[in-house]
Amino acid sequence: MQAFVTRRLLALLPTLMFASLIVFVSMRLIPGDVIDLMLAQNDLATDHDRAAIEAALGLDQPMHVQYFRWIGGVLEGDLGRSLWQNTPVTEQLAATLPITFELGFLALIVALTVALPIGVYSALKQDTLGDYTARSFSLVMLAIPSFWLGTLVMVFPSVWWRWSPALEYTPFLEDPLQNLAHMIVPAILLGLSLSAVTMRMTRTMMLEVLRQDYIRTARAKGLSETLVVARHALRNGLIPVVTLIGLQAPLLIGGAVILEQIFVVPGMGLLLLEAVFQRDYPVISGVFLVVGFGVLVINLLVDLSYGWLDPKVRHQ
Amino acid sequence: MSEAVLPAMGAAPARPAPKGLTGRLIREKPLGAFGGAVFLLFLVCGLFAELIAPYGLNETNMAARLLPPSTEHLFGTDHLGRDVLSRVLIGAQLSMIVGACAAALATLVSIVLGVASGYFGGRTDMLTQRFVDAWMIFPDLLLLIAVISVVGPGMTEIVVVLGLLYGIAGSRIVRGAVITIRENAHTHAARSMGATALHILRRHVLPNIMPVVIVLFTTRVGAAILTEAGLSFLGLGVPPPAPTWGGMLSGTGRTYMYLGPWLALAPGLSLTLVVYAINVYGDALRDLLDPRMRGASGFRGAR
Repeated sequence: MQAFVTRRLLALLPTLMFASLIVFVSMRLIPGDVIDLMLAQNDLATDHDRAAIEAALGLDQPMHVQYFRWIGGVLEGDLGRSLWQNTPVTEQLAATLPITFELGFLALIVALTVALPIGVYSALKQDTLGDYTARSFSLVMLAIPSFWLGTLVMVFPSVWWRWSPALEYTPFLEDPLQNLAHMIVPAILLGLSLSAVTMRMTRTMMLEVLRQDYIRTARAKGLSETLVVARHALRNGLIPVVTLIGLQAPLLIGGAVILEQIFVVPGMGLLLLEAVFQRDYPVISGVFLVVGFGVLVINLLVDLSYGWLDPKVRHQ
Repeated sequence: MSEAVLPAMGAAPARPAPKGLTGRLIREKPLGAFGGAVFLLFLVCGLFAELIAPYGLNETNMAARLLPPSTEHLFGTDHLGRDVLSRVLIGAQLSMIVGACAAALATLVSIVLGVASGYFGGRTDMLTQRFVDAWMIFPDLLLLIAVISVVGPGMTEIVVVLGLLYGIAGSRIVRGAVITIRENAHTHAARSMGATALHILRRHVLPNIMPVVIVLFTTRVGAAILTEAGLSFLGLGVPPPAPTWGGMLSGTGRTYMYLGPWLALAPGLSLTLVVYAINVYGDALRDLLDPRMRGASGFRGAR
């Protein structure tokens, strides 16, 4: 197991390097723009000021020097300062990341609570009415954009029953109930859109496993159907589902951006959107680094759980 | 070995005959055929939107503000008295253009990258795949938002960025298919007969990855339409007054939805319906063309 973990960690290095290059290059594509914007704020600015700003931002250095200076800063935990608020980017990230994390976590719980039982049920009752209903539901959920669902939830209850979801954010530690009352609606919407794929995958994998010889053997030796499913089928059927959840992490974050905007959740998605409209590039690249690193860690955890669930993988 | 003999001897086996695919689709996958028909309907509506639309796209009529659906305005009117049905139809046009163009570009990029990476292998493969790894850790929507914030919103920009985005991610799936075919007996046979790489690629690899490519293209159309709508919803898509489905659900339209809830219905329903149609059609195509990919959309070859 230890060798397996080491191998996985080493495999991360090139990915991390490429990811940092992607962030760096996309950030450096723009700077002329930022300086124009900054200069536009000040009518008295001259070309001399442009050179001064470029020097201050380190933009007059050759590309590779800029890259190593930047990555050095990143490794020391220095992501630069917001161009507009002039606060350290790390501070803004630290304030918003836990909120998005909470939203994602709640959504994941919703997704699994919906997807796993229905997926397993669907596989056990293959080609019955229940199976068809479940599959249609998942197909529809796959097609409905979460921002439309969000809009519907905002508009119709308010028009019909004068009820609308809470839009006031309260920190969890201040008032957990108030916090959950606000977060639960976007979390359910995000979780539902996530559950569609997970449900399909669970069903397919369960069907595949249920056809295996060892399931027949388990049944033949007289185990009850519950035991066969719980002990033999589930564990093997769920391995690819775990992977899928890992692969969906980017999707979860992307969905969070939209739902945070609709429900005014002050998370990383909202931070990113504000930064984009203000062209606050250090903040944008900061968000990207955190998201990229987060997804990598999730993938790593998934890989490791894979090894833990399936001994064959460990000894490859 | 003469060129004339090669194709006959090395002709790619087990390639599903494209003839009668529509017939099989209708017989074996009625839901998929239904999806294809609905998609076709949207495509026709999009193509002839200007002709079908009962009112002008930005034709305002202050006397007819916020009218509920009626026979005159099937989907009602918005806060400027514009006919929602007409705008949804033009929206279909925009969505179709973005979806089809982005998916086409994405498929092209996927084929080039996937074939280069999968067929030639070695160091190219290693480097390309590490790059794709890194690329795929960033959420689509985030990458799009960031790039659009740099290049500015616009139809062409969105198509190009979406095309590259899905193209790079999809190259993984093409690569997987190419590797399988590279190791096939008939490819080995062709190589041992002295066929050039170009010949093998053209006669053996490309025809055999076509099922995967067709399925990839179909799923990308839906994904591109959905992502463009999300982007427009955030105000980063095709800029107003172009009536995108995503845009109609956001911005100023949003504030009037409480007075005219029907404004929230038509664009969202169209979006859901068209994506649903493409999805079931793509699923059916996949089952008919490439059973190995069944139930594993986007999963196969992803690790």
